[in-house]
Amino acid sequence: MRPAEQTISELAAKLAAGELSSVQLCQDVLDAIASKDGDIKAYVHVNAEEALAAAAAADQRRADGEAGPLLGIPIGVKDLLAVTGQETRCGSKLLEGFVSPYDATTVSKLREAGAIILGRVNMDEFAMGSTTENSAAQVTRNPANPEHVPGGSSGGSAAAVSGGMAVATLGSDTGGSIRQPASFCGCVGLKPTYGLVSRYGLTAYASSLDQVGPLTKTVADAATVLQAIAGHDPRDSTSLPGEVPDYSKALDGKIEGLTLGVPAEYFAEGLDPEVERSVRAAIATCEAAGATIKDVSLPNTKYAIATYYIIATAEASANLARFDGVRYGARKEGADPISMVCNTRAAGFGAEVKRRIILGTYVLSSGYYDAYYLRAQKVRALIRKDFDTVFADCDAILGPVAPTPAYKIGENVDDPLQMYLGDIYTVPVNLAGICGLSVPCGASEAGLPIGLQIIGPALGESTILRVGSAVESAQSQV
Amino acid sequence: MPEELVATIGLETHVQLNTQTKIWCGCSTTFGQEPNTAVCPVCLGYPGSLPVLNGEAIRKTIIAGLLLNCEINLRNKHDRKSYFYPDMPKNYQITQYDQPICIGGRVDYQIEGVAGHVDLTRIHLEEDVGKNTHLAGSSGVDYNRAGTPLMEIVTEPCMHNADEAFAYVQALRRILLYSGVTNGNLEQGNIRCDINCSVAPAGATELGVKTEIKNMNTLKGLHRALSYEMKRQFKCVRDGTPIVQETRRWDDERGVTESMRSKEYAHDYRYLPDPDLMPIVITTEEVESIRAGLPELPADRRVRFVEAFGLPEYDAGLLVADKAVGDYFEATAAAAGDAKAASNWVMNEVLRVLGEGEQEIENFGVTPEQLGALVKLQSDKTVSSTAAKEIFAVLLERDGGDPKAIAEELGKVQTSDTGAIEVFVDQAIEANPGPADEFRSGKENALQFLVGQVMRFSKGQANPQMASEMLRKKLGE
Amino acid sequence: MAEFSDSTEGINVRYVARLARLTLTDAEAAEFQTQLEQIMGYVKQLGEADIDGIEPMAHAIDITNVFRADEPRPSLDRADVIANFPETAQNLVKVPKIIDG
Repeated sequence: MRPAEQTISELAAKLAAGELSSVQLCQDVLDAIASKDGDIKAYVHVNAEEALAAAAAADQRRADGEAGPLLGIPIGVKDLLAVTGQETRCGSKLLEGFVSPYDATTVSKLREAGAIILGRVNMDEFAMGSTTENSAAQVTRNPANPEHVPGGSSGGSAAAVSGGMAVATLGSDTGGSIRQPASFCGCVGLKPTYGLVSRYGLTAYASSLDQVGPLTKTVADAATVLQAIAGHDPRDSTSLPGEVPDYSKALDGKIEGLTLGVPAEYFAEGLDPEVERSVRAAIATCEAAGATIKDVSLPNTKYAIATYYIIATAEASANLARFDGVRYGARKEGADPISMVCNTRAAGFGAEVKRRIILGTYVLSSGYYDAYYLRAQKVRALIRKDFDTVFADCDAILGPVAPTPAYKIGENVDDPLQMYLGDIYTVPVNLAGICGLSVPCGASEAGLPIGLQIIGPALGESTILRVGSAVESAQSQV
Repeated sequence: MPEELVATIGLETHVQLNTQTKIWCGCSTTFGQEPNTAVCPVCLGYPGSLPVLNGEAIRKTIIAGLLLNCEINLRNKHDRKSYFYPDMPKNYQITQYDQPICIGGRVDYQIEGVAGHVDLTRIHLEEDVGKNTHLAGSSGVDYNRAGTPLMEIVTEPCMHNADEAFAYVQALRRILLYSGVTNGNLEQGNIRCDINCSVAPAGATELGVKTEIKNMNTLKGLHRALSYEMKRQFKCVRDGTPIVQETRRWDDERGVTESMRSKEYAHDYRYLPDPDLMPIVITTEEVESIRAGLPELPADRRVRFVEAFGLPEYDAGLLVADKAVGDYFEATAAAAGDAKAASNWVMNEVLRVLGEGEQEIENFGVTPEQLGALVKLQSDKTVSSTAAKEIFAVLLERDGGDPKAIAEELGKVQTSDTGAIEVFVDQAIEANPGPADEFRSGKENALQFLVGQVMRFSKGQANPQMASEMLRKKLGE
Repeated sequence: MAEFSDSTEGINVRYVARLARLTLTDAEAAEFQTQLEQIMGYVKQLGEADIDGIEPMAHAIDITNVFRADEPRPSLDRADVIANFPETAQNLVKVPKIIDG
């Protein structure tokens, strides 16, 4: 297996042993991109020169006695993370030309750990979408089947990892945007507890829901990346205080005695039978490994999508107001400031972004705030309560990530509501602010990957990583 | 018969806090920096930036709130207020909507000795916007000011004329300067007022349609603009012209308010609690600890001046009205060693000169130490009162100086040396036997004449009181 | 205040788009009107949820008093700021004339 296709754990060992240099590794990933990305189109920008220079520097750091699991490992970042000197386009035409003068905190932390920022990967515009088809840049294809979408909004992040063109990537998850593409493409994706990972430098979509997280080939790799990027950040007022646990201790896969809840509402109408089969099989392996499986209920699940689309779009409508062509970005002419802004936004935003801004503006507008936004915040509390009740008796919750495997490209483009309904199992996790992991657990007859979602309570990353590693080793024995 | 119309006025005053850094980021707030050099991703609204609250801004707002008799809202938060404008980096302002940090409040003022007061509704903490400059055919924006912490002080609609509004803002500014939370410099835009004005028949239960005049940054301008607007609205009512609810601009050159030309879209601010910021919870202990450390209030200072210095109430009141004047007085009194004399000088001479020249005491050319030295010379009778005034005039002219040296220069140093005076007294009696006899036979004003002669012989340097006493004694024998 | 029930009023896409400074083509306005009405129709079911006595969940975390010290931090290099300005004049970002600012 070429270096580009190996895991962080494997590569770290080889780098440490001197069997491979970081420059060689970096070059191999660049070569993989060169040969495969023409078809998959996961990357919107590859900074080969800088990456190789950084790789050389990492090799030097190692020669000087430094060590660490991410030293010399190349990582791709989703196009909405700020990287100094790079255009942060967020999948949009509106930000063409905007060069970030600063690094996102997660990017700085990766650099500190010696990782190499290899390039920027494709996404749905401003993280709004579930297929990456909303990117203004290009359509990214699912490496498992190029006629199908890689999922979204971190479609490029997942496709790069599953397509052997990245060792790992960073994505962002507001309503499932890490977990769903991971499930669609067949890699691992983790959404951390809200506040565990800094949002400084992450272009905001929905401020109370967004989190940055890793997409990797294995659960252990996800733990490694999470370890590097988690932790309190004084530049983010929503960043949790406190020490970050040692996630490597959670990778033993020992789940005997754990109680795992299976929510009835996640196995109801709308769930594809192939997805159900794979997911239930994975649940069975957990039982075989000694965990107790318990039927549970999350009764307010049915309101989750409506709640999410009110809260997320409301916050987004304010977050995206700054994109007006005044201080940066692709400005369009106008006779006066108002027309300039209107023309800029009309030309710069895609249809889905416009739809969500309008929706969000509406639910906050005069006379409607109480009926929609305030009410949605209260239903959000109910959804959180559902989880609190279940976690009183369960260590984690198991279920599907998405109702179906990856859609065909172009399948839902004209039906936004239909697209939104695919988020049913992922948005509750963001609304509650808890953590979720997607682990590959099978594939459809057509060969499209299927993921198992492992949901944990707030700051329950160790538990979901533990369950994830158990599922993963069971899978490898299949 | 035209009914009596009454104007109702409310003011919203924006006060820049004098923190070192901006409210959400560590950029400097120093005035007058090169354009767009005190900016960062946060105050420019770059993608991915996040606000973090400057704790000092909260503390200073609590200080102001306590000095303005507000109740501190122990649990408060920030909200987003959305509207689009080129000087708004995020196209929403982070402000406080329904849970402001201070509630209620009261400001007392005086208009020509008559007391009045204004009730406040609330004070909240928000951020300032960038600064627009007119260019040829376009506009330019500087974001140095964007993100400066701003207190918005809102009054109840309880004023009824321009004098009241003027007196309120003046009194408010004095208190804020006492508080030390703002530099209070109107030219630098530290304090700006929005005026809300409506008119209605006297005794009406409902207020009339209100107009808003924004960003008044001089006291005179505020008075003129408000006077004009009130008259304009009165005239509209009498003529039957409807008053439009709108924002109007004050044109100081032409002396009129006018409707703002650009057709703004209706403002729907779409407030929502800011998801990037966590709530603020203050304890009563913290409030009390701030209260204990408050700068001395004008009222307390007045009491102290009366008790410690024995000043009359009225004088003390005059001296504490302006913190800088009170500071000046105390320093003068300390240098002079005579608080009563110092207070007379400050009230009668210093304030008079300041008033005539429309000057602020901060720019006054004579330092308290210098004035104190002069006061001491007079108290010691080293110079006469007349001479002291002359010396003061010279100090003013020269923008300061050493009073003793000037006294010598002018030859005004009085002697109180009895021996020397006696010589001149004897001279005067000898040279004027007539008046001397007149005094001996009971004519009082002959004494005045003789004192004058003593002054002549001594070239003005004899202490006139001592001369008078000495003459009286000698001629009484 | 709107009741959470069948509202004949509904969303007026053109009006709301103006609030958000989005100019829509006729085609966009028509398409979005249909789609957003459909979405608002779906969202109506939140009216069935029993929210009596429930506090709104504005944040996913329970922390308060996040402050920073009043200490200066380096600002950006003006060259980087100006490099991002679409148009510049005298070190200011140039925009169409602001009439009443």
